[in-house]
Amino acid sequence: MSDTKIRVEDFGSEEQAKTIEYLTKSEYKWGWTTDIEADTAPKGLNEDAIKFISAKKEEPEWMLEWRLKAYRNFLNMKEPHWLNAKYPPVDLQNISYYSAPKKKPTLNSLDEADPELIETFEKLGIPLDEQKRLAGVAVDAVFDSVSVATTFRESLAEQGIIFCSISEAIREHSDLIKKYLGSVVPQGDNYFAALNSAVFTDGSFVYIPKGVRCPMELSTYFRINAQETGQFERTLIIADEGSYVSYLEGCTAPMRDENQLHAAVVELIALDDAEIKYSTVQNWYPGSKDGKGGIYNFVTKRGACRGKNSKISWTQVETGSAITWKYPSCILQGDNSVGEFYSIAVTNNHQQADTGTKMIHLGKNTKSTIISKGISAGKSQNTYRGLVRIGKNAENARNFSQCDSMLMGDKCGAHTFPYIEVDNQTAQVEHEATTSKVGEDQIFYLNQRGIDEEDAINLIVNGFCKEVFNELPMEFAVEAQKLLAISLEGSVG
Amino acid sequence: MSDTNKFDQIKDWYVSNFTRFESKLNGQSETFLHDIRKESLTKFKELHFPTIKDEEWKYTNVAPLLKDNFQLPQYLGKTVIDEKFIYNNSFTDFDYDRIVFVNGKYSPEHSIIGELPKGAVISSLESAIKNYPELVREYIGKHTKVDNAFVAMNLTYSTDGLFVYLPKGQMLERPLQVFFVSGSDEDKVLSIPRSLIIAEEGSAAKLIVNYVGTGSNSYFTNTLTEIHTGANSNIDYIKLQDEKKNSFHIDHTFVYQDKGNIFNHYSFAFGAALSRTDVSSVLDNENIECHYYGIYLGTDKQHIDHHTFVDHAKPNCMSNEVYKGILDDQSRGVFNGQIMVRPDAQKTNAYQSNKTILLSDKANIDTKPQLEIFANDVKCSHGATIGKLDQEAYFYIRSRGVEDKIAQSMLIHAFAADVIEAVNIEPMRDQLNHKLFEKLNRVEI
Repeated sequence: MSDTKIRVEDFGSEEQAKTIEYLTKSEYKWGWTTDIEADTAPKGLNEDAIKFISAKKEEPEWMLEWRLKAYRNFLNMKEPHWLNAKYPPVDLQNISYYSAPKKKPTLNSLDEADPELIETFEKLGIPLDEQKRLAGVAVDAVFDSVSVATTFRESLAEQGIIFCSISEAIREHSDLIKKYLGSVVPQGDNYFAALNSAVFTDGSFVYIPKGVRCPMELSTYFRINAQETGQFERTLIIADEGSYVSYLEGCTAPMRDENQLHAAVVELIALDDAEIKYSTVQNWYPGSKDGKGGIYNFVTKRGACRGKNSKISWTQVETGSAITWKYPSCILQGDNSVGEFYSIAVTNNHQQADTGTKMIHLGKNTKSTIISKGISAGKSQNTYRGLVRIGKNAENARNFSQCDSMLMGDKCGAHTFPYIEVDNQTAQVEHEATTSKVGEDQIFYLNQRGIDEEDAINLIVNGFCKEVFNELPMEFAVEAQKLLAISLEGSVG
Repeated sequence: MSDTNKFDQIKDWYVSNFTRFESKLNGQSETFLHDIRKESLTKFKELHFPTIKDEEWKYTNVAPLLKDNFQLPQYLGKTVIDEKFIYNNSFTDFDYDRIVFVNGKYSPEHSIIGELPKGAVISSLESAIKNYPELVREYIGKHTKVDNAFVAMNLTYSTDGLFVYLPKGQMLERPLQVFFVSGSDEDKVLSIPRSLIIAEEGSAAKLIVNYVGTGSNSYFTNTLTEIHTGANSNIDYIKLQDEKKNSFHIDHTFVYQDKGNIFNHYSFAFGAALSRTDVSSVLDNENIECHYYGIYLGTDKQHIDHHTFVDHAKPNCMSNEVYKGILDDQSRGVFNGQIMVRPDAQKTNAYQSNKTILLSDKANIDTKPQLEIFANDVKCSHGATIGKLDQEAYFYIRSRGVEDKIAQSMLIHAFAADVIEAVNIEPMRDQLNHKLFEKLNRVEI
């Protein structure tokens, strides 16, 4: 504890320091384990494990081949180490690649779901039926790798929207899967993506048909459970011509001491005039205050704006995980396509985040916007790393990037590594980055108006992140703001 | 064969030259510098020439530079240059002292050094080793970082270069113009100067360092400079890289800054087929100011790379970087600016701006401004913009009846002015502007 103590002089007043100390003591609020008997594969990564997964999932032969091809790619790859973070090596042989609740329920409604499971969701403060009724959100809850509840399916199906687990899609919509799976993130894309392609167990699949505007926000709540089970989610979203979908992803995880690897892959495909909005609130277990445990979040997220006038927008609020390593990217192939990236990354205690985006401009008149807000506190390291590439044929491409960092405490670090590669003179690219601390004058001003230390800092941080919060869907924005406050408890506010 | 293997073969060739080089050193092999040389040779053997897989050399492929075997000047006949050549390349309209090096070797016949303040020294490094061995021994190699084969190569093979010593409180009244002339009609030459500048407490000087080329063959200038600035000293270092367009230029400059020092570095990179300039400063005490300015021009297939590293190690310092690029034809620009703010360096202000104009469809730029910040009470920012000439401004000027070429030149002039106007020797400004338009082959404004 004493090593995370923050010196008084860094924050101007003793009172501030007291607030900080009080907050430092707060524990991870959502840490617990649910006891569900899991049907777990033996530990270890090999062809047999992959065959086991494929068999458990009742997958067709071609899918197994696809996985094995990815695995063979994986065997020829080396684990990358260029990340701006330090962590002990991950022993991939010490992970069980499949774990599913034994009593696999085939449900029509939530009432039939395992009561223990429902309780888990209630602890999260997001009872499914409640959300379903009040917020009009369809929820595909992934509990430890297998979908147990899929709601609102029928009302979506009426419009031809497919929203189901990826395993189900592999069985029932194989034409779409064959066409699109791995088309944005190929099996051999990178080490962790290859691993995911070989062993992914579940995830979501969304298909929006031509001209359909999805009537509700689609949402999945992830939850890592069962000890030492890495999660290998696979998400594939296809927005056909002229369609629109907004997808929400959010997660919390129980308290654990072993590091848990999470290597998900998300692929988005937007055809002509289609728009996909993908929002993430990530609050996995960040490890203890001494930096023990926590999730390794090594995710490959990529969207392809294949069609003309298409748009993909990533919004992320990253508060959890011991290590976050991800770059949600947009490949702007179609003419006039638009890519957006809005991000808040908060690190506290010993967390390390190396996140950002890649905007690859290939089509004419393509536009991209990057707004990244990094907040580092405690002993954490927060890195923005991003690439803006304007290809030779990307006439009149336009990019605007803004990366702001805020530092709280003198033991943390904020880093900015933007890469800008321009091959076309008609491009207009702007990048700016700033780093500063919470202004003492701002705090003083708010104190003077009778707002206490903690609220003042929350207010300032919220203001700092406003541009990103504005991009989040309403119900998510509220949750995200709360999350931010909780994450920064123990640092300054 | 991979780049690494190919590059290693060439490196082995350069390494294998050492025995012959050593035998030609005459008296110099007796000096302490020779021990440094042998140490560097060991490092040179261990290190590799960087490939594009090295993060620091990601955008600069040195393969064209390693295609030829450049000969050490010791093996070649003396390159003779005439006075007019030096004069034509000099900045004029102000008083200055002049020191000239040809293929890395001091050339007394072209050097003109007037009366200097008491105790001040401007000489070749070779004679400084003889005349001021203690001074050289104290500072040489103190701040160099040997992290790639080019640096090790320079330390292994350099025998001479610029030496400047300013004792406490002394100021050079006239700017010093330094010439590094490289090239030979006889063969492809490796020009490898190593310079040492020591400015004691409260001293001041302005240096203009010109890299120019002669002869018909291509050549390779691999230069290394160490600058040690004492407390409250004030140093301007203006570098004009105007090498021949078939030649190569690699420059590593290491600056150490002490309390209250103000250091200005200007890099005008106009020449060479492939050039790379690495400048790094360690701000090792309080109240230091560090300013870097640069203009890089590219025409034809030129490749121009700038790497800067400002290391804020102590509190209450400020640094500012302004780099501007103008790239035409199929030229390629690279900028990588790193600002490091160490945990102790509270109250740091660090700014960086990199703007590039692309004048042709085939020109390209890769830029990577980096901030690494470990202290919380800091103000740091960086900005980068890339685009063509401002179309609205262009339209405005055209609508006033100004013809196309002139309108473009006006915009280029304005763009470059931020850097050119920052040069503290006023007569140089117009001359730099003139050179800029001459290189770009455009109407001068």
